[in-house]
Amino acid sequence: MSAIADSPPVVVLAQAGKGYWASVWSRLIKDKVAMTALAVILVIVLAAIFAPYIAPADPFKGSMLRRLKPIGFPGYPLGGDELGRDMLTRLIYGGRLSIFMGVLPVLCAFVVGSSIGIFAGYVGGWINTLLMRIIDVFFAFPSVLLAIALSGALGAGILNSIVSLTIVFVPQIARVAEAVTTQIRTRDYVEAARVSGAGAFTIVRMHVLGNVLGPIFVFSTSLISVSMILAAGLSFLGLGVKPPEAEWGLMLNTLRTAIYSQPLVAALPGLMIFMVSISFNLFSDGLRSAMEVKQ
Amino acid sequence: MTGVIGLPAHVPELGEDRGGPATPLLAVSGLIKHFGKRGGFLSKAGAVVRAVDGVSFDVAKGETLGIVGESGCGKSTVARLIMQIIKPDAGELLFDGEAVGSAELDIRSFRKQVQMIFQDSYASLNPRLTVEDTVAFGPRVHGASRAQSITLAHDLLHRVGLEPGRFAGRYPHEISGGQRQRVNIARGLALNPRLLILDEAVSALDKSVEAQVLNLLLDLKAEFGLTYIFISHDLNVVRFMSDRVMVMYLGKVAEVGPADAVFSKPGHPYTEALLASMPSMDPDNRTQEAPITGDPPNPINPPPGCRFHTRCKYAADVCKVDEPLLYGVGDMHLAACHIANPASGHPLATQAKVAA
Amino acid sequence: MLGYIVKRIIYVTPVALGVSVVCFLLVHLAPGDPLTSVLPIDATAEQQAQMRAIYGFDRPLIVQYGLWLWKVLHADLGNSIASGRPVLSEVSRAVVNSLILAAVATLIGFTFGSLFGFVAGYFRNSPLDKAASALSVFGVSVPHYWLGMVLVIVFSVQLNWLPATGAGPGGSDHWRPDAEHLRYIILPAITMSVIPMGIIARTVRALVADILAQEFVQALRAKGLSEWGVFKHVVRNAAPTALAVMGLQLGYLLGGSILIETVFSWPGTGFLLNAAIFQRDLPLLQGTILVLAMFFVVLNLIVDVLQTALDPRIQRG
Repeated sequence: MSAIADSPPVVVLAQAGKGYWASVWSRLIKDKVAMTALAVILVIVLAAIFAPYIAPADPFKGSMLRRLKPIGFPGYPLGGDELGRDMLTRLIYGGRLSIFMGVLPVLCAFVVGSSIGIFAGYVGGWINTLLMRIIDVFFAFPSVLLAIALSGALGAGILNSIVSLTIVFVPQIARVAEAVTTQIRTRDYVEAARVSGAGAFTIVRMHVLGNVLGPIFVFSTSLISVSMILAAGLSFLGLGVKPPEAEWGLMLNTLRTAIYSQPLVAALPGLMIFMVSISFNLFSDGLRSAMEVKQ
Repeated sequence: MTGVIGLPAHVPELGEDRGGPATPLLAVSGLIKHFGKRGGFLSKAGAVVRAVDGVSFDVAKGETLGIVGESGCGKSTVARLIMQIIKPDAGELLFDGEAVGSAELDIRSFRKQVQMIFQDSYASLNPRLTVEDTVAFGPRVHGASRAQSITLAHDLLHRVGLEPGRFAGRYPHEISGGQRQRVNIARGLALNPRLLILDEAVSALDKSVEAQVLNLLLDLKAEFGLTYIFISHDLNVVRFMSDRVMVMYLGKVAEVGPADAVFSKPGHPYTEALLASMPSMDPDNRTQEAPITGDPPNPINPPPGCRFHTRCKYAADVCKVDEPLLYGVGDMHLAACHIANPASGHPLATQAKVAA
Repeated sequence: MLGYIVKRIIYVTPVALGVSVVCFLLVHLAPGDPLTSVLPIDATAEQQAQMRAIYGFDRPLIVQYGLWLWKVLHADLGNSIASGRPVLSEVSRAVVNSLILAAVATLIGFTFGSLFGFVAGYFRNSPLDKAASALSVFGVSVPHYWLGMVLVIVFSVQLNWLPATGAGPGGSDHWRPDAEHLRYIILPAITMSVIPMGIIARTVRALVADILAQEFVQALRAKGLSEWGVFKHVVRNAAPTALAVMGLQLGYLLGGSILIETVFSWPGTGFLLNAAIFQRDLPLLQGTILVLAMFFVVLNLIVDVLQTALDPRIQRG
């Protein structure tokens, strides 16, 4: 998660236009790694959405007689958890909260962070300096620390976890948005538009937004992986979802005591987090290189 | 508005001649722009780049004024100051006799009459807009309907030599550098301006394409009755295009005069050196030694006296102390050199006077 | 150089002040009355008012901040509600353990990261390069708390080679560099080293590939310099950036260790934070976060100054 420590990868689009996204897609579809990652994400997301139709059992109904069963136990394809609930079912259901709580903060931060960053970058001057200094303050906290500090202060809960992570990502996205906007703002075509007598709003809508949202979006997708790990981590600490909900981070926590009796079953929820996180990372990398290609 | 005797006076439309042919289209006086290099509050007094340091000139209606100088001399800053892209520290602009930014001529209506063509044909086009949308943007902003502005855009594309049927729907990356610069020119014309500022408009183009674009510019000037300010570091191109030429050095005007006079009888040693550095077509006439050496001094700390004295082969003591004003060296031809002023005390001054 | 250091410190001061504001506000962000955790449930209104006055909660927020900052500047972070001891002494004990763990992890990460990065940069697009980039993606994508669990399962539960939790035998909460304690630090340190390893490998790979592609290296080779000589040039040019990244990673690990410390019951700041959160010990929470964030700010400053001193190409503006 300290991937954020690196300077934000600012992608400036070499060219764009009609068929731009079509050409990005045509390059992306040739990227086997990115496509595999996308497939993994899609399978897990679809499984989570249609969980009631495909899950073999009830995610909350357990049996003390069938606690901690190994993988392959009759009727329990992936074993049973510490309360005798079917692991496969809970892993499928767990995707709902885990992915929701990982993706939503990035989405919220994308909206808020790009607004702040584009505004700061376009206005420039002391307003920009002031906003960026405030953002510097948030960069003084390692993401994990800030997320846990905020959740810890706000208290456990799904909403608080989402709010905390949003606050963690807003400064990061705002900084990238500001950098890209500042770059675009001084382009000759923006000056040409100003020379045409267009107002600030028209210029931002016609000439700035289209050219900055792409790079900001790519950067934001690279945060989803971190967000997934952090969101599950908060639940793992008991700061997110509360039992008996099915959520991968929380499941990892409640199964910690089972590492001696059923180690493979205990490790399964973490494997899910890892698979989704690495898939988002690989897809984001592929998207970035597909968008960077110059003609 | 009514005239003195009660009859409605003729009120010129925007874009129409107001001051008559004798009034310069653009009169620039005392233009100053210093870029602050503001250090932290621990650093010494903030260094200041004197990009444009007291520049005055007129542009007559229908003429082409060429501005030449080495990179960093302030010619592009002058263009941006005229366009109001950056704000001057001091100086006044009169457009057809009316002060820019005054009640008679606000910035918006001034901008409609003055447009600019940028050097980098790629950076000056939004990669996400089609050629026709780029050209139509200005008229749209000024209230034309979509259909109107697209029709206008197609007409202009046709006039700059891009067949709308083939080019209107293309994106900047799908056309060549010369074609992009034609789009830029079409966009510059879309608001029907009276003055067009061309800032190194052909410098990035191949020589063959450059010639085509220059000829196009000459045709358009005649067709639309335009006035040009043509900025370039390329003396040949400036000579080809300009009626009058202004030479700039370190934020100041070194020399200004009719193009023929400036190129045949330069009045400033700097102009002389620039001309000597042009490669000659005649092999017998090639310069053996570099007529001008070294880089221009740092504009943060320009030398005192004449700014050119550090590189001038005629430099005398007076040049290190006194800053020369512009003195007449011929008909409508001025140079900022002590040699041109008999009273300056420069050893060559009287000699030059006799020669003239 | 001195001027540069002073300049950096002046630049960092407002950031540090901002960090203190955030830490101060954390307590006020907390829902409910911050007193609820101190007071008995059946406290009278009079008792509540009394406590409020003692803690200064009846004053305006800005005054409270001023008083708090004044005390912080005099090394007084208040007292822990749960234990009653000064927060500073609790934090400094824990911070030593965290620092040891983070330092060992950074060292492991740096050693292997640079090694992989060098190999990958030297043999670009070889299978080794592919393996190194796979490792860096793994490093930033793996939930490290889960990796810790997996390592415990393999090396403690299955193989029974290493202890699963704690900093030393018999619940020792002071890590000492002896053979017994060394066994305890191996698993958490390896778990933690995966993140900086990936990031350092990626940085070093890019640096090495960049330097090797530069003309001066080709000129050195053309002049007949041995590969060992070239290698020394590459190291000298890549070192400042790689060390800077390592320094920053140390700060990130120190602040981000809470999850790993929880998995391994390591008696560090992460463990302390966890306790503070669940006992709603707000002074302890505030103090721990302040210390960690300030540490990060100062570390950034040091890295910045050192990098400037080491790298002649960076202008000391």
